[in-house]
Amino acid sequence: MTALVHSAWPAQVGLLSGRAIKRILRNPAQMIFPIAFPLVLLAVNAAGLDAATRLPGFPTASYLDFALAVPFMQGALFAALNGGQDLARDIEGGFLDRLAMTPIGGAALLAGQLGGALFMGLVSAILYLVVGIAFGAGIASGAGGALVLVLLALAISFAFACFGTFVALRAGTGEAVQGFFPLFFVLLFLSSAFFPRDLIEQEWFRIIATYNPVSYMVEGIRSLVISGWDGQALAQAFAIAAIATVGFLALSARALRTRLVRT
Amino acid sequence: MSALARTRSVALAVAWRSIHNAFSNKAILLPSLLFPLFFFIAFAGGLSGIRNAPDFDYRSGYTTFQFAFICIQASAFGGVFTGFAIAADFEFGFARRLLLAAPNRAGIVIGYMLSAMVRAVFVLTVVFCAGLVSGMRVDGSLGHLLGLLALALAVSATATLWAAGIAMRLRTMQAGPVMQMPVFIALFLAPVFVPLHLVAGWVHDVARYNPFTALLEAARGFMAGEPTKIGLSAACLAALFALTVLWARGGLRSAERAG
Repeated sequence: MTALVHSAWPAQVGLLSGRAIKRILRNPAQMIFPIAFPLVLLAVNAAGLDAATRLPGFPTASYLDFALAVPFMQGALFAALNGGQDLARDIEGGFLDRLAMTPIGGAALLAGQLGGALFMGLVSAILYLVVGIAFGAGIASGAGGALVLVLLALAISFAFACFGTFVALRAGTGEAVQGFFPLFFVLLFLSSAFFPRDLIEQEWFRIIATYNPVSYMVEGIRSLVISGWDGQALAQAFAIAAIATVGFLALSARALRTRLVRT
Repeated sequence: MSALARTRSVALAVAWRSIHNAFSNKAILLPSLLFPLFFFIAFAGGLSGIRNAPDFDYRSGYTTFQFAFICIQASAFGGVFTGFAIAADFEFGFARRLLLAAPNRAGIVIGYMLSAMVRAVFVLTVVFCAGLVSGMRVDGSLGHLLGLLALALAVSATATLWAAGIAMRLRTMQAGPVMQMPVFIALFLAPVFVPLHLVAGWVHDVARYNPFTALLEAARGFMAGEPTKIGLSAACLAALFALTVLWARGGLRSAERAG
């Protein structure tokens, strides 16, 4: 703690991020489930929905390629959930109050906290990519596309983590963070994650999927896997991630100020 | 009072309490109601285009196809949610007092099982109404629908016994994923989205021997008015029920030993 207080801003962020990462590494359940569950679902869905690739107009001949974007989204959701819960635990346990009495700035506090979620996002994104390729998925945009895919997955993880941080700071309890998790899943299932938007038969579902920002995040990742370089899909995905990041970061900063004032 | 009367009295008391808790506490009722409804909307709405795939031969439509899955899923998860309630009863000490007070402890498990079945009837009724509102076709007769209900209730009872066995062994709510994950995986390793002959790869090989495949096909047969695999699904359910009775009895003995 003494080192934390006397160090400069980057060092403060590094120390707090290091603490968040260590906390994840020391609790294997926090890593294994978020990484394994999306892979199990991918394996099941790739076989269960393979018949969809025989539909006229389906964009690829392999459902594994089509669905590879989904684990990246689920991984980002789990990273956000875990990051938010860790912060809520710090609030409930009084660690944040103790930090508030040190000269550490609010920005360093937030950045340090988000470092853990970014780490989880990076590890899971690389793993999903490696497992996907190992099981026969092709990356149409090549090695450069794989790199952009990881960057996009990181941007999405960061955006979701900012939301998790905001909820944790605002509510201050792990239960509240948990309570928002089903909302993420609803957004994922009511998107074009499992079926191309133009092939969705039910009009009401297609409308929801069209207005659901998660659809564009999924389609950005998917474009790199199945169609190569699609500037529009990538721009939309990065833009939505950026807008969500800026918005939730601003809300988190305000919630942190309120919480520190209360302390 | 005979042994049977004592068992019945304990079972009805536990069932009444558990049903009362479930219906008076939104935090318990809503997840068991909203999850099947949500999956029904997401699968029947988002994936219905897959019915146009070559060789997709279920004639009653994709909403009906998915409703049969949701019936089995909701019944199984209703049983698992009841397992959560049993674990909570142990964590808060109520189950220990129940073990001391009950003249026949098997009645406790039967009571929880009855309450899960009542909850399953409620959830299935709501999902069925939602299906009808969304234009779901029901080609089966009343007899077929009763057959489907019997199948769903048997799944609910079996899942409750499975979850009860774990809840009484571990006696903590943290055992939730241990109850839930095997059921979730077994369900999704059956032909959830398309008929079995359209499932590809290793999942097809697993699904052929997965008892939930027979249950799903029987449920879809009832909804389509073309009953199929009734004998096989009855045999699977009988075997699963017998195994889970033994499993739950072991759990009860473990809880008794723990005191």
